[in-house]
Amino acid sequence: MPEPSTKTGPASVEFRNVSMRYGAVTAVDNVSFTIEPGQLVTLLGPSGCGKTTTLRMIAGLEIASEGQILIGGKDVTKLSAADRDVSMVFQSYALFPHMSVLENAAYGPTVKGLGKDVAKQMALEKLALVGLKGFENRYPSELSGGQQQRVAVARALVLEPQVLLFDEPLSNLDAKLRRRVREEIRELQQKLNLTVAYVTHDQEEALAVSDRIIVMSNARIAQEGAPRDLYEAPANAFVADFIGDANILAVTVKSVLEGLAHVEIGEASVTLPARSLSAGPAKVAIRPEALLLSQTPAPGSLSGRIAKCAYLGNHLDIMVDTAIGELFVVRYGARQMWEPGTPVSVSFADTGVTLIPPG
Amino acid sequence: MAPATRLVLLIGWIGYALLPWYLVEGMGLTRFGWLAGYPLGKAGSALALALSGQAPWLLPPGLALLAATAFAGSTNRRRTATVLIAAGALGMLLFFAQAFAIVLKDQGMPALAALLGGAGAAQRGMGGGAFLTLLSLLLLLCHGLAYRGVCRGDLFTTSSIGIVVLLIGLFIFFPVWIILKSALIEADGTFAPAAFFARFFDSTIWGLGCVTSGTNCGVAWNTLVLAVLCGVITTLLGLACALLILRTGMPGKRIMRALTVLPIITPPFVIGLALILLFGRAGAISTLLYEWFAIPRSRWLYGLPGVLLAQVLAFAPIAFLVLIGVVQGIAPSLEEASQTLGARRWQTFRTVTWPLLRPGIANAFLLGFVESMADFGNPLVLGGNFEVLSTKIFFAVVGASYNQGQAAVLAIILLAFTLGAFWIQQRWLGNRSYTTVTGKGDAGLPTPLPRRITWLAAAAIVPWVLLTVVIYLVILVGGFVRNMGRDFTPTLEHYRTGFAIDVSDGLFFEGSAWSSFFTTVKVAAISAPLTALIGLLTAYLLTRQRFHGRAALEFATMLSFAIPGTVLGVAYILAFNVPPIEITGTGLILVIAFVFRNMPVGVRSGIAGLSQIDKSLDEASTTLRARSFTTLTRVVLPLLKPALVSALVYSFVRSMTAVSAVIFLVSAEYNLSTAYIVGRVEAGEFGLAIAYSSALIVFMALGIVLIQLLVGERKLGRRSRVAAVAAPAPAPAIG
Repeated sequence: MPEPSTKTGPASVEFRNVSMRYGAVTAVDNVSFTIEPGQLVTLLGPSGCGKTTTLRMIAGLEIASEGQILIGGKDVTKLSAADRDVSMVFQSYALFPHMSVLENAAYGPTVKGLGKDVAKQMALEKLALVGLKGFENRYPSELSGGQQQRVAVARALVLEPQVLLFDEPLSNLDAKLRRRVREEIRELQQKLNLTVAYVTHDQEEALAVSDRIIVMSNARIAQEGAPRDLYEAPANAFVADFIGDANILAVTVKSVLEGLAHVEIGEASVTLPARSLSAGPAKVAIRPEALLLSQTPAPGSLSGRIAKCAYLGNHLDIMVDTAIGELFVVRYGARQMWEPGTPVSVSFADTGVTLIPPG
Repeated sequence: MAPATRLVLLIGWIGYALLPWYLVEGMGLTRFGWLAGYPLGKAGSALALALSGQAPWLLPPGLALLAATAFAGSTNRRRTATVLIAAGALGMLLFFAQAFAIVLKDQGMPALAALLGGAGAAQRGMGGGAFLTLLSLLLLLCHGLAYRGVCRGDLFTTSSIGIVVLLIGLFIFFPVWIILKSALIEADGTFAPAAFFARFFDSTIWGLGCVTSGTNCGVAWNTLVLAVLCGVITTLLGLACALLILRTGMPGKRIMRALTVLPIITPPFVIGLALILLFGRAGAISTLLYEWFAIPRSRWLYGLPGVLLAQVLAFAPIAFLVLIGVVQGIAPSLEEASQTLGARRWQTFRTVTWPLLRPGIANAFLLGFVESMADFGNPLVLGGNFEVLSTKIFFAVVGASYNQGQAAVLAIILLAFTLGAFWIQQRWLGNRSYTTVTGKGDAGLPTPLPRRITWLAAAAIVPWVLLTVVIYLVILVGGFVRNMGRDFTPTLEHYRTGFAIDVSDGLFFEGSAWSSFFTTVKVAAISAPLTALIGLLTAYLLTRQRFHGRAALEFATMLSFAIPGTVLGVAYILAFNVPPIEITGTGLILVIAFVFRNMPVGVRSGIAGLSQIDKSLDEASTTLRARSFTTLTRVVLPLLKPALVSALVYSFVRSMTAVSAVIFLVSAEYNLSTAYIVGRVEAGEFGLAIAYSSALIVFMALGIVLIQLLVGERKLGRRSRVAAVAAPAPAPAIG
């Protein structure tokens, strides 16, 4: 099973019950997952959830307190970063300020002792790949943020690592550039068939680039799955709330029949996939766009009043006061503003309402 | 086993089997008489001595090397690690056991010596072979730990930690421990706590005679009073100067900055010497006063007033340097906020500026306090009957009444004082510095100083600056006149005595100062790079690596900062005068003393420099397969050049100007400039002393420039920004 250290293309990454403790603080708690070769997997979560620590453990910048880490089927748990075939793009880019773009990109092969000319060739090739031909002799301080980011990517790619790591690579770019660069990263990953682990706290970014997403919360994995699974079938309230917006409400499952649950949401009642829940208290996550407003009351709907309405260009953000609490509603393409105090009836769309286990 | 580990083994075998184990007198590479009987005899190798049965206790370190060598080809990482750790740890343990158990005849630890097969035997001081063997055993242990995954499995990191810990242990903790021991244990080896208490509570130390009757006070009180006065006055002067320069339109900012460099390159006692030439019984000003106003000549200078004056002049610039940073660090917008809330200038100063300044002021005070405590040159030159701890220690060691126990007790008291001050500084101030410089730009203008404070400050500053200028004039002129104060005939006689060169028959350095000068330069030039190396390496380990005991290591390096030179000097002669480390009287002990005395300077500038370099740069280098060593040389060091320069400059200059530690350690063969000058002062040859001093000052100024040129600027695109962060330029304050 152990693969030779020569270039073998993308490798898998496997965590087996890995924990990381700093004194009394547990940064990562008994985490297990697998990243298949050639996949882009995102570690997503709020700050302090342990996602960056997890990434740094793949890199070897932190040595796990417990558990096993395998790259390409080979146990690397105790191996230092310099001994692992893994490269990383840092949040701050970490370009060496005293070296030119070319020297930065050629750093890996140079310190590996591959000789100046070979190192230069490898660096030029990857710089061309990220579209930085002609910038070789500039210094990092003479580049824009987006260009610096590309240098960082090229530098990480030069050694053709088995696994490439990104630590919030877009956080220093402006919103427009962010969208373009994330698409470039995705294209590059698919073109070069790379195994990529990608850390971000931006759920939209994660949904856009990932094959799979690992959502982390409080040092543990909250849910793991394809982007669509996470959005449409969140395993718990945290994931439902973190990926996209959601109204989380406490509800009662009245009865379950053939996989369909009969659920009472305040005065309204809906039928939802049971997701192996049985009768009793539960929670429901309702996407803001799954709440439909009308001024004519309909059976099976909630009655409420408009509390706030904000105009946001292509959509309206609306808060509705109801008997079961304040609901957050989004209406796309709507021209009409709602006056606060207007009585409305709230009904539910066919998708975007999901039962989740209580607690 | 990694190639590096095999290299370590090779070094170990060279030390154990080839090189002379002991330090051999008369060792040299031109004549080989000392090699007689090799591989046995005086210059014998450990292997030969152990196998021949002459020194069976040397066998265990060899066995440890053998055990490690047996696994040289092993690919089993775990087992190799276990063997290396065991071999290294046990080997070192047995190495130290034999080194400390078997020393001179009838000393050391007889029971342990018998156990090791060396009952009644004696050993000389360890030499090159022993050193290499110890180094190899230490590195084997460190490599074994790295194989186990300690410090992310990095050989360089574990090895560096091991070396730094061993060096600090051997050259700081061991000597200090020896002092404590010799305070409690009599020369004949008996434990004598009663004698310790008798010495400790002696009335010459704690007596209050100056208060209750007309006699002298205890030396501890003298020291304390002097240090407190010196701390208060230097702080006030420094503060006044910093406020005047930053908060008023006072001219002469550049001149003040330049004046602060001078004391750094001036050996501290030179100020005292110049004061004697001015105010001594035959001093220039005393003579003037006597001839013009018939004010009788007196000896007022010799005692507390003179020592205090000299120390204030010598250390006030240091307080100024600290406080100018503190005053600059107060964000002007805070004061502007106060003013927009309706406070007048004086109210703002009292309620905002002053509270923000307070921690910095406490810091400057403690610095002046510790510097005064540690000062040796000025009390020696000017003290007269006014004794302080550092001079009393000196005379207890080198005086006619040689008393090792008393010296140790006095050293402990002095150490307790400085450590106490240092502890207060760390504990009380460590978390209280109100750094108000943030990354955000502060567009505010500093508030001008209230008028009453301006006048007060100016009244204090002007005499100080004038006196400093006069002092340096004296230093400059003093070497070129026949006799300062009596006979102002210009002459080159003093320089001729000291620095004459005879070229009539080849180049011959005839002057009496040359020998000590060359030794000083040699020792300073050797120790400065070593200091910078060890200091920056330690700083790198402390800031960039996580390992168990990091806090302890940090504490240990800071501790060495608080050890006064006098204490270190006494500790060194007590510790290194006998085997296993017998190096007194050599040049080596001078180099070692300078390295460990100046190491904290290197550590501090390293930490300051490293904190400006983003840690992710190191990590980026690591993930690109660079080892710690490569990262250090290719990424960290080029960015650390300014810190490297300041570490080199400071350790070089401090080595040239140090008196207190080395005055115990110099020998006829290895004399140093400062010790030589102090000797000339004691002999009354002021002209030569002052000429030599000014030559030193000029030489050091040149040395600083040279180092700066050699190291060069760091190549950095965004350098201007870094510089701007490091020293935020204060907006010009116009009152």
